[in-house]
Amino acid sequence: MIGNERLAVRKTYKLYLGGAFPRSESGRTYEVTDSKGAFLANAARASRKDARDAVVAARAAFAGWSGATAYNRGQVLYRVAEVMEGRHAQFCEEVAAGEGLSTGKARAAVDAAIDRWVWYAGWTDKLAAVLGSANPVAGPYFDFSLPEPTGVVAVLAPQRSSLLGLVSVLAPVLASGNTAVVVTSKARPLPAVTLGEVLATSDVPGGVVNLLTGDAAELGSWLAEHDDVDAIDLTGAPPGRAMEFEREAAGSIKRVLRPPAEEPDWAGDPGLTRMRAFLETKTVWHPKGF
Amino acid sequence: MTHVLDPDALTAGTPPRREPPTPYADVTRSESAFRAFLHGLPGVDQVGASSRVTMLGTRSIKTTAKAWAIDTAISMVDLTTLEGADTPGKVRSLAAKARRPDPTDPGCPPVAAVCVYGDLAGIAKEALAGTGINVAAVATAFPSGRASLAVKLADVRDAVANGADEIDMVIDRGAFLSGRYLDVFDEIVAVKEACGDAHLKVILETGELVTLDAVRRASWLAMLAGGDFIKTSTGKISPAATLPVCLVMMEAVRDFRAATGRQVGVKPAGGIRTTKDAIKHLVLVNETAGPDWLTPDWFRIGASSLLNDLLLQRQKLRTGHYSGPDHVSVD
Amino acid sequence: MSSVFEYAPAPESRSIVDIAPSYGLFIDGEFVDGTGEAMKTVNPATEEVLSEIAVGTDADVDRAVKAARRAFSRVWGPMRPADRGKYLFRIARLLQERAREFAVLESLDNGKPIRESRDVDVPLAAAHFFYHAGWADKLEHAGLGPAPRPLGVAGQVIPWNFPLLMLAWKIAPALATGNTVVLKPAETTPLTALLFAEVCRQADLPPGVVNIVTGAGDTGRAVVEHDDVDKVAFTGSTEVGRSIARAVAGTRKKLTLELGGKAANIVFDDAPIDQAVEGIVQGIFFNQGHVCCAGSRLLVQENVHDEVVAALQRRIGTLRVGDPLDKNTDIGAINSAEQLARIRELSDIGEAEGATRWQPACDLPDRGFWFPPTVFTDVSAAHRIARDEVFGPVLSVLTFRTPDEAVAKANNTTYGLSAGIWSEKGSRILAIADKLRAGVVWANTFNQFDPTSPFGGYKQSGYGREGGRHGLASYLASEDGQ
Repeated sequence: MIGNERLAVRKTYKLYLGGAFPRSESGRTYEVTDSKGAFLANAARASRKDARDAVVAARAAFAGWSGATAYNRGQVLYRVAEVMEGRHAQFCEEVAAGEGLSTGKARAAVDAAIDRWVWYAGWTDKLAAVLGSANPVAGPYFDFSLPEPTGVVAVLAPQRSSLLGLVSVLAPVLASGNTAVVVTSKARPLPAVTLGEVLATSDVPGGVVNLLTGDAAELGSWLAEHDDVDAIDLTGAPPGRAMEFEREAAGSIKRVLRPPAEEPDWAGDPGLTRMRAFLETKTVWHPKGF
Repeated sequence: MTHVLDPDALTAGTPPRREPPTPYADVTRSESAFRAFLHGLPGVDQVGASSRVTMLGTRSIKTTAKAWAIDTAISMVDLTTLEGADTPGKVRSLAAKARRPDPTDPGCPPVAAVCVYGDLAGIAKEALAGTGINVAAVATAFPSGRASLAVKLADVRDAVANGADEIDMVIDRGAFLSGRYLDVFDEIVAVKEACGDAHLKVILETGELVTLDAVRRASWLAMLAGGDFIKTSTGKISPAATLPVCLVMMEAVRDFRAATGRQVGVKPAGGIRTTKDAIKHLVLVNETAGPDWLTPDWFRIGASSLLNDLLLQRQKLRTGHYSGPDHVSVD
Repeated sequence: MSSVFEYAPAPESRSIVDIAPSYGLFIDGEFVDGTGEAMKTVNPATEEVLSEIAVGTDADVDRAVKAARRAFSRVWGPMRPADRGKYLFRIARLLQERAREFAVLESLDNGKPIRESRDVDVPLAAAHFFYHAGWADKLEHAGLGPAPRPLGVAGQVIPWNFPLLMLAWKIAPALATGNTVVLKPAETTPLTALLFAEVCRQADLPPGVVNIVTGAGDTGRAVVEHDDVDKVAFTGSTEVGRSIARAVAGTRKKLTLELGGKAANIVFDDAPIDQAVEGIVQGIFFNQGHVCCAGSRLLVQENVHDEVVAALQRRIGTLRVGDPLDKNTDIGAINSAEQLARIRELSDIGEAEGATRWQPACDLPDRGFWFPPTVFTDVSAAHRIARDEVFGPVLSVLTFRTPDEAVAKANNTTYGLSAGIWSEKGSRILAIADKLRAGVVWANTFNQFDPTSPFGGYKQSGYGREGGRHGLASYLASEDGQ
């Protein structure tokens, strides 16, 4: 190259796994391009062993994350939104490039993603009141039911909406106290990579979120069949594969969130469905006597 | 069993305290040791205890089992009159009923004892002479127990001198509830000594102890102090004998015998008015402490009106038709 | 048992029930012949054949689903919610009025003691209908969105351990939320479901709202796999649950599963010991241990192990095993020869693996399927009797020293249905309850059930809840149709 133009430093991104940024154990990477096919970066292409390691990390992080107070989880998640805000421009650029959106639309998507994160951050300490109950049993017992996180949730993130969609499926998993293994959009992984950097530099404990860039078609079965994964969100399952993953998930009686017929407009009201999907209900009885 | 939290150990009073049976000999060596012991007994969950007796209450006791239960219950009755208006005449009439509860049926067993105030024990003794039916007298400033130890002991000696075979004492609930367990213990020991050969029933007055935890502690206290029986109530306080209370007391005597080898009897008193109630108690005895307690030597029912209901039921079983209150004697 | 106070036989009269020599399927409000080859249902206490039962084929199930669909779209769906509620109230009352009949029939067909069918199964079944009847016109207040909608036709498959009660757990919420039902009772215990069909007629419930299709595994499969079923609810083994989850994969069917369990019942050294012993007995011997939430793993703090086991053995010695219709029977018959064989097999394996088997002296009847209450001590966490669901009156005793160890051992299972904690210390109970991965935690009690109280599992014990506000969610479309 001749002239004064600076030669760009091309980026090769890694996975976000257990709070660290390892390469794929397989050494594989793939080229990420913008919506017009121009090179953006290299991303790690996660393997089944990376998925396995991510599940181990998520399991290890579960006790701490689910055991933290709801107030604390809310603070931690809000902190994520703050750090996202600091990366606003970068997210806009990545969303615009990856999804082929105008600057304005990309900005709107990023705004919505950050606001969504804030919305979920505010849910952590309300869920028990909204979803729990005191049960008036016909006997001298105090009986109450509380929502508790399901455990390790595998998330096949939306393929199209690379940030707002990702946040819309990840934040409810975390707000409800679960830990996550996320397979990002295959073609549009860069916002997820940046989100990993945000998570790493906020207060989210390592292992609570594990981001695997790569192909859900390749990793889906490994996660669906994994006995130590408690639930799976099939939102971003490749066309025609969701049924197969659901069948595989049956082996360990996983909770399965089926994919919508087509990827929704993530700007809509999320409701509680995504949190409910990954919450158990625990009912406790105790006698009342002198 | 040793207790390290024992600040009084070195300053224990001079007259040696009567030791409870092994392996509990040292638990009364100080107030704190005794407290630690009694409070270390397993707790009682009231709801669990209640549901256990409810389940036992569903036992269906029919035909031969019912006949056996009715006769056994009659033989366990401490036929009681404890009124200010009691007279020698009433006691004699009660004694007659005790000997032949159902004059129309010589097969009907006599009751276990007649229970009266100490001043009438002599009348009862005379009326029951040669029958094998015991005279039980309430003593120790019954029913409140509010008198000095000297008065209580005099009350006991008087009743024994009048011929009482059994003394039904009341514990000092005030002392118990305020945590002066050794005072209660010492008093029972003293009464037991004053009884001489008479059997001692220790009335816990469970209606004033209120909680089943307290009933368990008081049961153990009374057994450790040498009581021959533990008894629920004076009959002057409501609630008197209840099934959960009786359950806890049966568990106590069962566990006490398992630990010390010494068997203690149980007497629910007050509030048991129907055959059904009495049979529920027998079922409870049977399935809690076991058949060893199913004799008048180890289980009594303090009652007055119960006897007539037992007799009516007995007549029904015998004749196959229902009877009425005019077919049993009014006392 | 006492030799002094022998309880004379106190049999509940069976004359109150009138069992027909054969039964058809209940479809569209009528009893109709099944097209499959009939099966027999037997009294497990005597091996006497009680009746011949129709077996529903794919075609029969199709008829039933069509009837349910018709009833859903024409009658039950459009009906005013308050009227749906009134039908459920009627059914509840009829169950109470015919309680004794149901209890006797349940004990005859299932083998459970009349004391339990009379005092637990039937009253709770009626309570479930009462509870859900009240919900029918209040669903918008259930916290499930402003206008919750029924799913349509519910296909329900229930087990043999609580035939009528599981029917109530399934049918009451389904109807209250506006769905119609095709229910398949268990192969070995169809009779109370068929009597319930009669109650539906007595209540003038519109035809097709409730359809009862008897049969075995193939009939159940036909119900689950039918294309026009919108909702599948299953209670039974984890193994069958897996196959059902596979079968509904990729469909629109909403699925709830209530599967097996291997509950830990944790006894701390400060427990109210006598009540704990009762709770242990209630936990494992209730309903012959044929209970998915049975407290089959007793975890005792090591320093009270001997005391607890001795007290437990003494208490078990008073259990009365025998004629299910005798009002004093505590433990009835094992439901089937097949189940008895499994209990025997796992018990034998327990012994072979080195655990110590204890059983009280008790006379078992010559005919019928019987297994005495059994306690295994010296059990290690690796033994199969500590891991596999026995579904019988077999308790495995393990020990722990610290609360952390108790939690770790309790959670060391693929199941997560229920657990018990016995301690007099409130803060410990709450801390342990928090850490147990189980859907129902009974503290200082065990095996309590109530229609207001959500019931269901974590992990491989299934998903979805039955009872309470939570149970309604299983039969309603949520905000986004999931």
